[in-house]
Amino acid sequence: MEQYAAWQALVKAGEATSWQKYYVYFYQAFVDKDRWMQYLNGVLTTLYVTALALLIGVILGVIVAVVRTAHDQQRPGKRSPVLGFFNAILKVYVTVIRGTPMMVQLMIMGFVIFASSRDFALVGALTLGINSGAYTSEIIRGGLMSVDAGQMEAGRSLGLNYTDTMRFIIVPQAIKAILPSLGNEFIVLLKDTSLISVIGGKELIYAARAIVSRTYEALFPYLGTALIYLVLVMLFTWLLGIFERRLRASDLR
Amino acid sequence: MIYVNNLCKRFGKLQVLDNISEHIQKGECLVLIGPSGSGKSTFLRCLNLLEEPTSGEILFDNVKLTDPNTDINKMRQRMGMVFQHFNLFPNMTILKNLTLAPIRTGLRSREEAEKKALELLRRVGLEDKANAYPAQLSGGQKQRVAIVRALCMEPEVMLFDEPTSALDPEMVGEVLDVMKTLARDGMTMVVVTHEMGFAREVGTRVLFLDEGRIQASGTPDEIFNHPQNERLKSFLAKVL
Repeated sequence: MEQYAAWQALVKAGEATSWQKYYVYFYQAFVDKDRWMQYLNGVLTTLYVTALALLIGVILGVIVAVVRTAHDQQRPGKRSPVLGFFNAILKVYVTVIRGTPMMVQLMIMGFVIFASSRDFALVGALTLGINSGAYTSEIIRGGLMSVDAGQMEAGRSLGLNYTDTMRFIIVPQAIKAILPSLGNEFIVLLKDTSLISVIGGKELIYAARAIVSRTYEALFPYLGTALIYLVLVMLFTWLLGIFERRLRASDLR
Repeated sequence: MIYVNNLCKRFGKLQVLDNISEHIQKGECLVLIGPSGSGKSTFLRCLNLLEEPTSGEILFDNVKLTDPNTDINKMRQRMGMVFQHFNLFPNMTILKNLTLAPIRTGLRSREEAEKKALELLRRVGLEDKANAYPAQLSGGQKQRVAIVRALCMEPEVMLFDEPTSALDPEMVGEVLDVMKTLARDGMTMVVVTHEMGFAREVGTRVLFLDEGRIQASGTPDEIFNHPQNERLKSFLAKVL
């Protein structure tokens, strides 16, 4: 503390060595005024937004994938108009979400639709979840379609109905194809939470930027942020790996 | 038992089945032969509506399968099917493969279904594989399991779609043996195959399909020993 004060004076006077200078910058970025608390709060918000967006994304993704797959696999002579209606809506949803930048979606949600809301993190999580749902639905749909058509035929030829065939035969096989891509989508989502700072979400990047605006020194706050994201993603990847291995262990063959 | 009336199937512009009418009787073993692309597999797959006919009708036990209001699941429970590529469910043990449909469709309780499955497995000599996964079986074993899986639903008719075409030559025999036993026990069977020996020995009637039409129909003796049709003659000259 005393050393920081002394070296800070040197930096201001322009007489500090580079070691002293970087020590002061580092101190300012993380220790001074308990700023590490800001990063910690930022990380917590980031994790909260990620978890919420993930939940929304997966639920939306499953619904969209199931409706769209079920629609595509109807008997030609027996098409349901209800399913057709929802399928059309969901197609528009996927097209719009995938066709516009996430940043624009965030701004529309934050400054137009929920302009009066002060809970920026929640609005951000909602937007990210809706965005992620579109991509997740395509991942799940792709996984369902990757299962050999003969499996569906075998199930149906035994007299099983569509739902049972999906539930017991197609979905368990599709999950293995879906998981790696889904893990990838989760990682993208985690990093994309940094975008919610543009609508005022107080996540990690928001904290770093606030500190930079105080200290006028960008190196350590941004480097630190990058490092924190990296650690989070590595942790996430590691957990996913364990999960995938568990899943594989349950069907040894 | 199964009436096919004016059945047509088109894939886009390609006319695969051209106005086929046929009557499959109870207890007969009908064998479909013909060059590849002649529509015999498509014909077979239309019988349980895995392939939706473009026009025409199919009646099974006086129920019109082609009617959109028919409960096709109920009807399929009475028609077993065996595929060229076995299509066993790789995520389940053999026993699960065999009992899933009988249990889920309410045909049998779990205990009954397992008892029946094991009994049928024993009959094809595979009772020791009940807890194995499909990937651990040879092709011939897989196909025998696939036949048993269809039989577990106690079907009234069995459809075979080139059941030995994906097998190594030394495994063809074991599958054909199971099919022969089945035919002798009086099961109604429709078999698409390239095994002319099987057609000759087990078939009660043989249909020769070419370009989506039935070009010749008759007993194995009529078809193989006294072919009248020119296309049939040239086909037999190539395969025999």
